[in-house]
Amino acid sequence: MEKMQCTCGHINPPGTVLCEACGRSLTEKEQNSKLVDMRYEGTARRSQTYNKSIVDKIWNFFSSVKVGVSIIVALLVAAAIGTILPQEQYVTVPVRTDATIEAYYSDVYGSIGKVYYFLGFNDLYNSFWFIILVGMLAISLIIASLDRFVPLYRSLKNQRVLRHQSFMNKQRIYAEGPADADSMQKAEAKLKELKYKVSTDKNGLLAEKGRFSRWGPYVNHIGLIIFLFGVMLRMMPGFYVDETLWLREGETRAIPEAPGYTLENKGFEVENYTGEDGEEKFGEALDRVGTVAKNYQTDVVLYQKPEDALPGETNLEKVKEYPIRVNQPLKFDGYAVYQMDFKEDELKTMTFALTNKETEESLGNLTIDLINPEKEYTLDGGSVVKLLGYYPDFSGFEDGEPQTKTPLPNNPGFLIEMTTPETPQGETSFITIQNTVEPFGDNDYKLAFQSVETRDVSGLTIRKDRTLPILGLGGLIFMIGVAQGMYFNHRRFWIQQQADGGIILAGHTNKNWFGLKKDLDQVKEYASLPAYTDQQEEIEKLEKEEAELTP
Amino acid sequence: MSLTDISSNLLYVAFISYLIATFVFGGAVKGNKAGTFKSEKRWGTIAFAITVFGFLANLGYFFTRWGATGHAPLSNMFEFTTAFGMTLVGGFIVIYALYKTPVIGMIVLPVALLIIAFASMFPSEVSPLIPALQSNWLAIHVSTVVIAEGILAISAAAGLVFLLKEVDMTKKSKQRFWLEAIMYSLVLVIGFVVASTYFTATGYEAEFTYVDKEGVDAAITYKMPPIFGMNEYTQMTEGTLTPFVETPAVVNASKLTTVAWSLIFGTILYWIIRLIARKRIAALLKPFVKNVNLQLMDEIGYRAIIIGFPVFTLGALIFAMIWAQIAWSRFWGWDPKEVWALVTWLFYAAYLHLRLGKGWQGKKSAWLGVAGFAIIMFNLVAVNLIIAGLHSYA
Amino acid sequence: MNGKKNKKKTNRLIMRSVILLLLIAAIGYTIYNSATADDVSLLEVGDDAPNFSLTDLDGNQHKLSDYRGQGVFLNFWGTWCEPCKEEMPAMDSQYGEYKDQGVQVLAVNIAQSDFEVQSFSDQFKLSFPIVIDKTKDVMTAYNIRPLPTTVLVNPEGKIERVVTGEMTEQDIKGYMEEIKPE
Repeated sequence: MEKMQCTCGHINPPGTVLCEACGRSLTEKEQNSKLVDMRYEGTARRSQTYNKSIVDKIWNFFSSVKVGVSIIVALLVAAAIGTILPQEQYVTVPVRTDATIEAYYSDVYGSIGKVYYFLGFNDLYNSFWFIILVGMLAISLIIASLDRFVPLYRSLKNQRVLRHQSFMNKQRIYAEGPADADSMQKAEAKLKELKYKVSTDKNGLLAEKGRFSRWGPYVNHIGLIIFLFGVMLRMMPGFYVDETLWLREGETRAIPEAPGYTLENKGFEVENYTGEDGEEKFGEALDRVGTVAKNYQTDVVLYQKPEDALPGETNLEKVKEYPIRVNQPLKFDGYAVYQMDFKEDELKTMTFALTNKETEESLGNLTIDLINPEKEYTLDGGSVVKLLGYYPDFSGFEDGEPQTKTPLPNNPGFLIEMTTPETPQGETSFITIQNTVEPFGDNDYKLAFQSVETRDVSGLTIRKDRTLPILGLGGLIFMIGVAQGMYFNHRRFWIQQQADGGIILAGHTNKNWFGLKKDLDQVKEYASLPAYTDQQEEIEKLEKEEAELTP
Repeated sequence: MSLTDISSNLLYVAFISYLIATFVFGGAVKGNKAGTFKSEKRWGTIAFAITVFGFLANLGYFFTRWGATGHAPLSNMFEFTTAFGMTLVGGFIVIYALYKTPVIGMIVLPVALLIIAFASMFPSEVSPLIPALQSNWLAIHVSTVVIAEGILAISAAAGLVFLLKEVDMTKKSKQRFWLEAIMYSLVLVIGFVVASTYFTATGYEAEFTYVDKEGVDAAITYKMPPIFGMNEYTQMTEGTLTPFVETPAVVNASKLTTVAWSLIFGTILYWIIRLIARKRIAALLKPFVKNVNLQLMDEIGYRAIIIGFPVFTLGALIFAMIWAQIAWSRFWGWDPKEVWALVTWLFYAAYLHLRLGKGWQGKKSAWLGVAGFAIIMFNLVAVNLIIAGLHSYA
Repeated sequence: MNGKKNKKKTNRLIMRSVILLLLIAAIGYTIYNSATADDVSLLEVGDDAPNFSLTDLDGNQHKLSDYRGQGVFLNFWGTWCEPCKEEMPAMDSQYGEYKDQGVQVLAVNIAQSDFEVQSFSDQFKLSFPIVIDKTKDVMTAYNIRPLPTTVLVNPEGKIERVVTGEMTEQDIKGYMEEIKPE
């Protein structure tokens, strides 16, 4: 493509639609249309001008609005498909493997579930093709913006005041006719009063307002690109922490992925609405739905070790006490700890009475701490219960040896030796919740179960996300961009006084023609300008009449 | 009278005002035989005054309920949907103040009435907040979203007016079909309201036990005669209708029954209208849009989206992400409601690019505006009631 | 004139190619990352073994750095863990062989009570020091997931090998050879 010389003498870059200098239409299509296409000020979108190598072709592909919109629509449809059935992250199966998840989809949703899983829609948003779509959107954002911003910026910067008649009368708002001698001055004064920037040249003036709103789309695209960059970083290892910590009441544990920090669970509670004490107003709702949770709370103490302390050292310094609640995570050093889950009533202690089997006479109580049992329990009367073995989650015997399947006291088993003044040689017994085994024959004494204490487990999530500031910045810039582009508009008037004293006037805005007309009405009134027409409406009226004439 | 009573009475006042204003707006438009702006303006102003009065009552409902419950009344289906009806009217008031177009009021107000009536079919008693909702972000996030949706919906109203005038109802066409489909779906909402009110008034109840999708025994009470039965149901109430069809466990047959009854009532109602008027509903509305300035409708439709889009971004995506980060520890989790907010946002982004980049104006733009409203309603109704997720508070 | 034009065209081509390549590379890398996201960042061979300090059953402090110059056979275990139990006697007998050749065995119990650990030690008559990681601090620092996991630390304090699962006596002997100082 060649450079294009306008009849006014100006040489325009290839692909230009309206002469940069005077505004004459350069293409045949433009010359024949009733209104000019002002979308990019008639400049050439850069990509349209070159179409040579494969690189240029790819570039042009991403620069096109059609492609951009297609990508948006594809994403929209894909996103919607992902909500037809729950994503696998929201599926609860006892054991998480690919096989159990697949089975879940086909069991619960039948053949639809099978197809859904087969197509990979169970984890649609992490699928490679979804990521590629988002990536293509990012490429499109960058290239389309670059391609349009540069020429638009140049042409708005180099605007001429005087435009050719054919540019003026092909604007949507156009007026021509006689006017007063001082109309130009008055128009200028009024436009300035309306906060327009006015520049004059010989017999013409150009009034302009809100040009910065033209940059809005590019600013918001930059915001989106920053946001997507943040999302990309987030997928790289080390940019964010997402850990789960099950913390039992009374436990102190190192916080995963937060070196040097330790958390102690002082207590967990679930509170429900009672419908009393100021909650009477909720009575009706509570009657209908039953129990409604009011609060989940873990009271924690956060400790930090001195900087040079090693893992395993116990010189903890208290940082703060904090009640972690939903919506009120514990925050420290860029980390946040959230209340996410809980399990109630794990065993904590068990209390027994050392009892004579025959007389049912008790020699006293002993309480075994299931988390940290002691070796010996001495009762007041001089009797001693010795703990020989402790199996917190007793699962049976193997080679005569009691086994435990987890370290948690789900089903505690105790191997004990009871010594009383009556039985100084000692009696051995193996006790679990269900039964008692006396391996060396009948004992005189037994441990009779009295009571238990329980504790709750709080499910906490630990998060640290280094990409949040980037995402926030992207969001902020996007909002500035859309506000700039959408809540302001770029209005322009070109006015020329011709040799015969008559005036021609053209007006253009990128949106809100209603507002532009209101401005123009004021100027027209004040400076007695000729009446203007909205040529778009005129064209439509004409078309309508033509349509009505041809049956 | 307690604050809750005052609140619900104010909602009645708003409802009645909107109802009256609808007819006055209709009269303003219809009475304007000469096609002059003046007569339309006189009655339009009166209708607008009634609308503003109703809107103030509506705001009164909102804030007295806030006072009564102790939290922003945006926490369940009834509250959110009512607020949407309110912001829809609010959006109209802004647009009317700018453009003085009674015909938009004639469309928006009945839709707002339908939305509020629809909302009232859900349990409206004052309910407590679960821990996840106990945050100031409830008021900030949800109110921004509902305001944005109210403004965006104006675009659909302008689009609808545009199409009512522009689409030829005398010739068979795809556009005529779809336009009438919109009218039909509005009648279906009335069908739902009528069906719910009727069966509630007659006190219909049928209890069932069934096996849910996890294989656990559960119980359910139908408030409408069961057309569809739950998975492996057993009838517990004597003398009630025996379901015609048993559905698999993933389907909530009770909700499906409600949908079926709404369809039955709505369709009957629709054909009664058709038979009496001997016209399609869209054709019935034609005389009202005779004097409409299409250019202006197109601009209003576009303007509403331009105003609403940034607000929607702020409320439904940015505030949503901030709150999700605080409450759920992650700013985005592909929860269905989140996804549908994104779908809505992408849809309007596509609209803007098609309009600015490809010059889609007029009819195409009007159809898109209407489709946007359909997506918003889908997110409000279907995602809450059908697709299970973290946002299912109703 | 023509030369200038060609040069401009070449520049444009290079510009566009570079931008496109960068963007495509970014997408490729993102996909790669999302595909491998499930892999936990474990300690790798050649890394410095994180230093720690834990107390054994007799109240003695054991600091990893104190054993610089010796090989350290670091075994993470729990009493409920069957394979841990199986390999303990073999570890003990090999410890007897190698402790004079500069290999130290440290058995790190995961947050159990003194009583359980002591009775376990008594039962198997273990002679190497057993430390208890009460707050799972060291476990977290080493990112230990399954038990047993054995981390072999060479005399330079670097990780020589990470073994998950049960070891035979033969394995243990081989590993001790690996970390024995020259």
